[in-house]
Amino acid sequence: MSGIETPNIVTRNACKLCTPLGACLAFRGVEGCIPFLHGSQGCATYIRRYLISHFREPIDVASSNFHEQSAVFGGSTGFRDGIRNVIRQYRPKLIGAATTCLAETIGEDMPRLLLDYRKSQESYVPIVHVSTASYRGTHIDGFHDAVRALVEQLGTGGVGNDRVNLFPGMVSAADLRHLKEILEDFHLSSTLLPDYSETMDGEIWEQPEKLQPGGTPLADIAMTGRSCATIEFGRTLEFRSTAGQALAEKFNISRHVLGLPIGMRETDRFFALLTTLSGRPTPQKHQRQRGRLLDSYVDGHKYVFEKRAIVYGEEDLVIGLTAFLCEIGVVPVLCASGGHSRHFADSLRQAVQDLPDQTLVIEDCDFGRIAELAPDLKPDFLLGASKGYALARKLEVPLLRVGFPIHDRIGGQRIHHLSYKGAQELYDRIVNALLERKQNQSAVGYSYL
Amino acid sequence: MIELLPGRERQVLRKNVEAGASEILCNKASLAGSVSQRACVFCGSRVVLYPIADALHLVHGPIGCAAYTWDIRGALSSGPQLHRNSFSTDLQELDVIYGGEKKLEASLLELIAIHNPKAAFVYSTCIVGLIGDDVDAVCRRVAEKTGIPVLPVNSEGFKGTKRDGYRAACEALYRLVGAGDIRGIGPYSINILGDFNLAGETWIIRDYFRRIGIEVVACITGDARISDIARAHGAKLNLVQCSGSMIHLARMLQRDHGAPFKRVSFFGIEDMAAALYDTARFFEDPVLLNRAQDLVRSEIDAIHPDVRRYREKLSGKKAAVYVGGAFKAFSLIRALRLIGMQTAVVGSQTGDQEDYRQLQEISDPGTIIVDDSNPLELARFCLEKNVDLFIGGVKERPIAYKLGIGFCDHNHERKEPLAGFIGMVNFAREVYGTVASPVWKLTPRHSGMRDEETVL
Repeated sequence: MSGIETPNIVTRNACKLCTPLGACLAFRGVEGCIPFLHGSQGCATYIRRYLISHFREPIDVASSNFHEQSAVFGGSTGFRDGIRNVIRQYRPKLIGAATTCLAETIGEDMPRLLLDYRKSQESYVPIVHVSTASYRGTHIDGFHDAVRALVEQLGTGGVGNDRVNLFPGMVSAADLRHLKEILEDFHLSSTLLPDYSETMDGEIWEQPEKLQPGGTPLADIAMTGRSCATIEFGRTLEFRSTAGQALAEKFNISRHVLGLPIGMRETDRFFALLTTLSGRPTPQKHQRQRGRLLDSYVDGHKYVFEKRAIVYGEEDLVIGLTAFLCEIGVVPVLCASGGHSRHFADSLRQAVQDLPDQTLVIEDCDFGRIAELAPDLKPDFLLGASKGYALARKLEVPLLRVGFPIHDRIGGQRIHHLSYKGAQELYDRIVNALLERKQNQSAVGYSYL
Repeated sequence: MIELLPGRERQVLRKNVEAGASEILCNKASLAGSVSQRACVFCGSRVVLYPIADALHLVHGPIGCAAYTWDIRGALSSGPQLHRNSFSTDLQELDVIYGGEKKLEASLLELIAIHNPKAAFVYSTCIVGLIGDDVDAVCRRVAEKTGIPVLPVNSEGFKGTKRDGYRAACEALYRLVGAGDIRGIGPYSINILGDFNLAGETWIIRDYFRRIGIEVVACITGDARISDIARAHGAKLNLVQCSGSMIHLARMLQRDHGAPFKRVSFFGIEDMAAALYDTARFFEDPVLLNRAQDLVRSEIDAIHPDVRRYREKLSGKKAAVYVGGAFKAFSLIRALRLIGMQTAVVGSQTGDQEDYRQLQEISDPGTIIVDDSNPLELARFCLEKNVDLFIGGVKERPIAYKLGIGFCDHNHERKEPLAGFIGMVNFAREVYGTVASPVWKLTPRHSGMRDEETVL
């Protein structure tokens, strides 16, 4: 295994998005919250379009609509008017304000703007602010920072309770629903933050909705400061400031950082922690799911053994997927991420003790680099977002679509990645994709495999 | 439902309903917090220049602007595919502090060495001006070193609206014009400005002109090559399709090279036919006009049965249209009429006073006309007019679907050719395919129309 860096100066077909996108998605996982970008109109519109194309759901993102004067004299007028107009139109419960690179570069004094707002507004709607300069980090950083801002600015201390905070990171809407189910099955009261399982995968409307219903209630976010424990998914989070860390420092709440529970081993760790926290064994339903998963691993093991995969996406997603691939016998020939935590390779090694020596692990990577390396790596399939399609097509190998964005298929928000259930779905899809490829390539065309 | 935001009242009007209010307020910056459907200056430039397939397109700034515009459009190339990449200087914090010029220069040199493009466009994003990068100087240096045109595009996102981005793109394009050899260009020659070869539309239109005997020197920028653009000054007439995006280039060509321009549209039978006739008439050769008439007749004959069939199915249905440029809305209203549909709501992101005056002229009484709208308003208008169809882009799609309304994508992401005569059939099929779907009968808005047996 080597931790090489990309030698190129320019970024060619990025394997990442900008920080405000992550913040917008996280904010939309809060009940009645509207994301608000302090910056140019284009940022809000591009991010909306990008999110809509994946979720196929409305997501309104407001903008303070900077113009030339704002860049010279500051954007306070746009901010004030923008907040007022957003309140007028949406009657939100919360405004999630994120600063774009433009506002950050001109050095907008956000504390002062927020103070002015609190003094002046007639109808007071709370604002949570997160700094998301796009020249610092990627969308996943914007996401985690927004979650941290939410608990820092809305979490309150007081008499402790037996609730658990679960900050799962940027997972699918289906994953979020499943996590809630798991916590309920363990009889754990919890705050799942963010929770866009309904807001970004909603029903058809009976009535027009200004902001789709669902999301983490503000009261639950307030209670995060009194919970007994925090669980955060993402092994690289050990090395960064997170919501869990903020709660640990401020309210002395024990913080448990786990890998994203993808595949059996990482999910076992999650369930073991839930057993400890709840004092209950893994519920039968999930034990059976695990049993079926293992049974299918056995049924399909020959089809996947020593198949070669290129995996890409956010660092923690790739770590989870790689852990899963290794436990079923697939060789991850390249683990790539546009993220740049500087802990990608270490964290991956920690999650996957038996990571093959040949596996290339590259952070701060782009699709340009992946495409250069791919032919020699001779992958049998690609695992990642739809942006890898062009490469998969060129290599004539299947692309198994996971993560974000999935812009060329329907239902990206309904893909399960997490827990035994998610592993089952991923496993069946991978095996069947490999079988289909073999079938298509065969001259005989057996219909019995 | 909602009231209009203060300051937006005059950007909406109902034709012949509101006394006195026949002038719409438009061409102004979006209200902060209004959740405008507009993008920014960068978006305008990127949209116009993107289809130039043998050029390098480098976005100078942090990663977002390049990432969100990577290979999302349906603009096809018959040759190189370089434009479908997303190149970014991906500025980091230290670049912002110390400046991005070195990184920009190194990036350009690296990419030009690998891809050997015919020219390079360098798009400035919001922060580039603020950190003081002299993009022009870098472009000059790289042009000298590499021998290809390296063109700065002044597209800082906040410096105006999308229209300013169109203008910046035209300025960059115009620097290429004049470099090519125009010998051999015939007397019946045109440029097509503002067609982007979405799903191959340029090829359809080029074929019509070829059949009439009119030479297309350059299509800017559908399936465009740098060498075509360099010869654009040799064409005798410029056809400007797509509202405002290319009018600036047409004016510069007229000013410096004397070629007049005509505004045309290739959407819908009437507008497509008018475009061909107007062009043929311009050259004052009856042979051209005869050929155009033959072509129009045979094309219409070919599609007529299909269009009639869709018209029977769609007659009496109502549509809402919300598009980027208002000029396309004119064509859509006419095309919808052809298939028996009425446009009840029509609006655009960037229309001007003249556009809206014309829109009012061709609209039915009671039609809601809106400038720079937003999701809540559009939802409200759709429900007020009880429309069956929404025509717009991906951003408008969930508004329609959530309300139980059909949707037709008429934006740059689409993968269906909707221009030309064949495009009219495709358009009708698209509309029919969404409006006539049985799924709507299951949705809450249409629950009254449910079949007896589906009611539990």
